[in-house]
Amino acid sequence: MKKIKLWEGIVAPLDRQNVDTDAIIPKQFLKSIYRTGLGNYLFDEWRYLDYGELGQDCRKRPINKEFILNKNRFKNSSILLSRSNFGCGSSREHAPWALENFGFKVIIAESFADIFYNNCFKNSILPITLSSVIIDNLFNLTWDNWGFTLKIDLKNQTITNPLLKTIQFDIEEFRKMALIKGLDEIGQTLIYSEEIKKFEKKHKIENPWLFNIL
Amino acid sequence: MAGKTLYDKLWDSHLIHENSDGTNLIYIDRQLIHEVTSPQAFEGLRIANRKIWRNSANFAVPDHNIPTKDRYLGITDPISKLQVDTLSTNCSEFKIKEFSMNNPSQGIVHIIGPEQGLTLPGMTIVCGDSHTSTHGALGALAFGIGTSEVEHVLATQCLIQKKSKNMLININGLLNYNVTAKDIILYIIGRIGTAGGTGYAIEFSGQTIQSLSMESRMTICNMTIEMGARVGMIAVDQNTIEYLQNRTYAPSGLNWKKAVTSWENLKSDKDANYDKIIEIDCSKINPMVTWGTSPEMVTNINGIIPFPKNEKLTRSLQNALDYMGLKSGTAIKDIKLDKIFIGSCTNARIEDLRIASKIVKGKKIAKNIKLAMVVPGSGPVKKQAELEGLDDIFIKAGFEWRDPGCSMCLAMNDDFLEIGERCASTSNRNFEGRQGKGGRTHLVSPIMAASAAIEGHFINVSELRKDKQ
Repeated sequence: MKKIKLWEGIVAPLDRQNVDTDAIIPKQFLKSIYRTGLGNYLFDEWRYLDYGELGQDCRKRPINKEFILNKNRFKNSSILLSRSNFGCGSSREHAPWALENFGFKVIIAESFADIFYNNCFKNSILPITLSSVIIDNLFNLTWDNWGFTLKIDLKNQTITNPLLKTIQFDIEEFRKMALIKGLDEIGQTLIYSEEIKKFEKKHKIENPWLFNIL
Repeated sequence: MAGKTLYDKLWDSHLIHENSDGTNLIYIDRQLIHEVTSPQAFEGLRIANRKIWRNSANFAVPDHNIPTKDRYLGITDPISKLQVDTLSTNCSEFKIKEFSMNNPSQGIVHIIGPEQGLTLPGMTIVCGDSHTSTHGALGALAFGIGTSEVEHVLATQCLIQKKSKNMLININGLLNYNVTAKDIILYIIGRIGTAGGTGYAIEFSGQTIQSLSMESRMTICNMTIEMGARVGMIAVDQNTIEYLQNRTYAPSGLNWKKAVTSWENLKSDKDANYDKIIEIDCSKINPMVTWGTSPEMVTNINGIIPFPKNEKLTRSLQNALDYMGLKSGTAIKDIKLDKIFIGSCTNARIEDLRIASKIVKGKKIAKNIKLAMVVPGSGPVKKQAELEGLDDIFIKAGFEWRDPGCSMCLAMNDDFLEIGERCASTSNRNFEGRQGKGGRTHLVSPIMAASAAIEGHFINVSELRKDKQ
């Protein structure tokens, strides 16, 4: 996994509550058996006027000019700003895959759905939760200032821009370290192989019915 | 010391290692696998040259992409076919039990787990699917995970997790006539909101829950994720044990007796501590209908589409109503429908089909209904329904009787809404585009879906006209 410590990028304002995973990446793109290549279909139903299909050349599709990511000033954004309960709905990791593949590194919202939030950390995306007052202010600044950027310092948990007082954000230590170190989590767990085997042996004696051969 | 909740007990009995950063390594007893969220996990194993920790802890079934008619033709969409074939290839290569498309037990993963006895009380269960919360109805700790974690469980039989907070939803009171588990859960979501359960594991309890069948309990736990909670659960009781007895993969003989003794402890202690407790009086619940693009946008059959209360709400309400083609003040009963979908992991069990069939028996679907379909949740559900003659009742009423799969709940196969079409659906999500680009979804119970099919618009079943009753 890629490491992430410091990031500066253009902010795109997606002013909606409950942005769900069906909106982030509609189901027809879940038919892909690969992790990559989903960025073209991110927010497909909002971004394009036609019905998208996997493998389609998106350069030829009619776009919805009103959608923020189609506006020139937000085309190269890498920080997404949104409202509460971002990423609600399904567990599809295709949602962070599509966001990451499009180029988003950071998502700032009032709150996130649990599974989506967890999935972000497996894909080098930093989700940041901030209060609605701060988010309101960020929306205003983003609209009022062409090319508005934010600088994110994960180590010090700060968000900065000359127009702002430094914003401090919270993040659980283990999640922060996952992004900073970019560790192979499976490898980390396998360090405990002996403990897992020991647990399994005892668990099997107590609950033999859990170990039937299917 | 305070007692433990059911969630605490299940967590503690699967705890392998406590990390200093507050996370825990927990053991996973069962992983359910479907074709959509697993290919990249198997690919990850291959790339890292890793083995599966315990093959028999897993079982797989294709359900999302599966056609619900003319199955003998195979899957015509080449992209869907590749995904379903990839599941089979992965299962053979990694020696995982698969209920393939033509297996008589194939069905929606969350239906067949309990049905086959592959879901058992006391288990930790995961699946790359948010509706894994369904299995908590059997006193299991079950939750949805992403594909990276699917791979993690395949390789290690464990997950690194942080424990959630405990919430108790205590449900009491007599249910009104024709109010079902679906109405209860939609009512609760309407009350606490789609993010009201975020960060919690929710236990449902109370006299009403105790009186519900296992099928109904599964409907409730299934939609726990629609209020933001990954985990929904219900304590084991006599219903649970009776439901599991003689299921194909449930324990038998001496093991059955031992298992039952152990399962009987799977309930919260009387002095257990919860971070939040919510009381629900069921007698106040009427049949529910969602009108917006989030499950919390819901009212009862006598309700109207609400007016905005403040500026922020105005925007989200207006987005939803624009998409749904509806206006504030419209009565729910005045909403006309184009399609009816009875199916999904929420409401495609035998009990759901029985109750819907009673309403449509001897009647015909309304002229404005372009398509009404019943998609049983599994092969065994379909077979049982046919033994009882339910297929005949539905077909005579004008419904299509299909083969099992996820179907129009998320429309990954050929079953979907066209732009602007409006559907009464027994599924779980009314998000924009969920049932097809531009499609409009109203979440309802099987009773409401069946009544709406006959009348052509939403109606309380008790008000169905005499000639239609």
